[in-house]
Amino acid sequence: MEKRVTFKGIWLPILLVAPQIIITAIFFFYPAGQAIWQSLYIPDPFGLSMQWVGLGNFEYLAGDPYYRTSFITTAIFSILVTVVSMGVALYLAVLADRLIKGSGAYRTLLIWPYAVAPAVAGVLWLFMFNTRVGVVAWYLGVLGYDWNHVLNEGEAMGLVVVASAWGRISYNFLFFLAGLQAIPKSVIEAAAIDGARFWTRFRTIVWPLLSPTTFFLMVVNIIYAFFETFGVIHTITSGGPQQATTILVYKVFADGFVGQDLGSSAAQSVVLLVLVSILTVVQFKFVERRVHY
Amino acid sequence: MATVTLKNLRKSFGKTEVIHGVDIDIQDGEFIVIVGPSGCGKSTLLRMVAGLETVTSGEVGIDGRVVNDVEPMERDIAMVFQNYALYPHMSVFDNMAYGLKIGKTPKSEIETRVAQAAKMLQLEPYLARKPRELSGGQRQRVAMGRAIVRKPAVFLFDEPLSNLDAKLRVQMRLEIKALQRELGVTSLYVTHDQVEAMTLADRMIVMNGGVADQIGAPLDVYADPQTAFVAGFIGSPPTNFIEPALIGQTGAAQIGIRPEHMQITQSGQVEGSVAYAEALGAETLVHLRLAQGQMITVRQDASHPIPQEGDTVALEWAAQSLMRFDQAGKRLAD
Repeated sequence: MEKRVTFKGIWLPILLVAPQIIITAIFFFYPAGQAIWQSLYIPDPFGLSMQWVGLGNFEYLAGDPYYRTSFITTAIFSILVTVVSMGVALYLAVLADRLIKGSGAYRTLLIWPYAVAPAVAGVLWLFMFNTRVGVVAWYLGVLGYDWNHVLNEGEAMGLVVVASAWGRISYNFLFFLAGLQAIPKSVIEAAAIDGARFWTRFRTIVWPLLSPTTFFLMVVNIIYAFFETFGVIHTITSGGPQQATTILVYKVFADGFVGQDLGSSAAQSVVLLVLVSILTVVQFKFVERRVHY
Repeated sequence: MATVTLKNLRKSFGKTEVIHGVDIDIQDGEFIVIVGPSGCGKSTLLRMVAGLETVTSGEVGIDGRVVNDVEPMERDIAMVFQNYALYPHMSVFDNMAYGLKIGKTPKSEIETRVAQAAKMLQLEPYLARKPRELSGGQRQRVAMGRAIVRKPAVFLFDEPLSNLDAKLRVQMRLEIKALQRELGVTSLYVTHDQVEAMTLADRMIVMNGGVADQIGAPLDVYADPQTAFVAGFIGSPPTNFIEPALIGQTGAAQIGIRPEHMQITQSGQVEGSVAYAEALGAETLVHLRLAQGQMITVRQDASHPIPQEGDTVALEWAAQSLMRFDQAGKRLAD
């Protein structure tokens, strides 16, 4: 029997859902709509008038080598962030899962980085690796390695990846730990009696049973790497050097608000919108098939 | 094929000792049932034999080899779990073949063995299915199949039937017994159900609070319980315990008489009023209230008249069916 709560009249239900709908409409639908609309125009340099160009902004983007490079940068960046944050989180979760005493303390400590805002996290890592005052950069110098992410593209990418992945590890850790603890202990014991050692058990039993969690985290992490890493990149590299860390979402900002090319910026955000929708659909369609629920 | 030896086996969790020294020599091919109420340590005992719990002190020996520090996978055992512990993402075939695959058994050999086990357990139509597509009884069979295909030296069963409904439990009980006879593999079987223990065991270990109260053949344990606990636990309905003074006995702290050893008569050793009578068809359980308010159950077969509730009746029994226990619950000589 389904239990249904019924409201008398229509005003109370409307009032109850209104805040969410209003927030979604004002902060999501309206800007998204405006972006789509703006992507069809070019504003003049003073922002006083706009000229209809149809798909002109998109045509320009398609021919823009910087934009194509940004795609590759984004792909590398999001794959690295996802792999690093999920890999480390899984490793920590497996260790914490085996722990009997004090796992609560570990869990609490491991969740802390999640509470740090991306921009703040970026600044923290920036200070550690700052070429002039950074502690880590200094020690690397002592070891004979000349760290300079301001000039070296690989180092810049490495740093933003680490800074972005770091805060994410907590979140992934929690989900992995919950996933591991949801696997019945007797199944692991049965595998142990069947002759499987730790690594074999992990590969043949734990990993497949963990796949719903892994899949969910993969989707969430890729979307995170696409959008929410803006703060980290803005504080650490501002997209440089030589646009080496200019991921798509950063380019939207750089072209639109720094370069004042709002039309192209809007077109880029529309492309992003479509891209993420496609990614999500692809992930659900193809990856989910290999997931055991 | 192996013997299993437990020598003064003890287990502590922190400072609490939960198994207080168990000794038994299990013969090759013997079916041993460990029976007791929940929390008596029977599962812990089994898990120590499996190697899933460490041994605090004492010895576990399999086939003459002390295996205290040997990993579960190297003990040559197979275990059937209460919740079956099947691998949910694998087909029935893969579930059964898992151990063999890890043991690097040749593929043709795996297929033969799994096919054999599947035939024995009537699982052939289900080999391609996932565990979630099977009924409880079928899952139970897969769990047994997984144990069988590995041809282990010892089978360990941890309450394998307690998740099944009553009818299926009786059927599976018979199948397990038949299977064990056929394969002749030494088996340890944990249960809280004394009927399972009585029907399956060659010998049973009756556990009470971490102590093996009695070890023996089911009928010997039934006929001659060594402690009041065993007398009360083995047999259904349980043994009646009566104040010795009530029936003119001295020298014992309590007297036990089995419900089936009492008869309702016109004049007997003690009187009581009928509280209620449960007619089960073939037999009737008559619950009586004695003078002190103590409840007693009498089991009589259907040929006897069923007394009316509220009737006052007398009870009698043969002198040799009295079981006398001391203050600590130990059996006293008759």
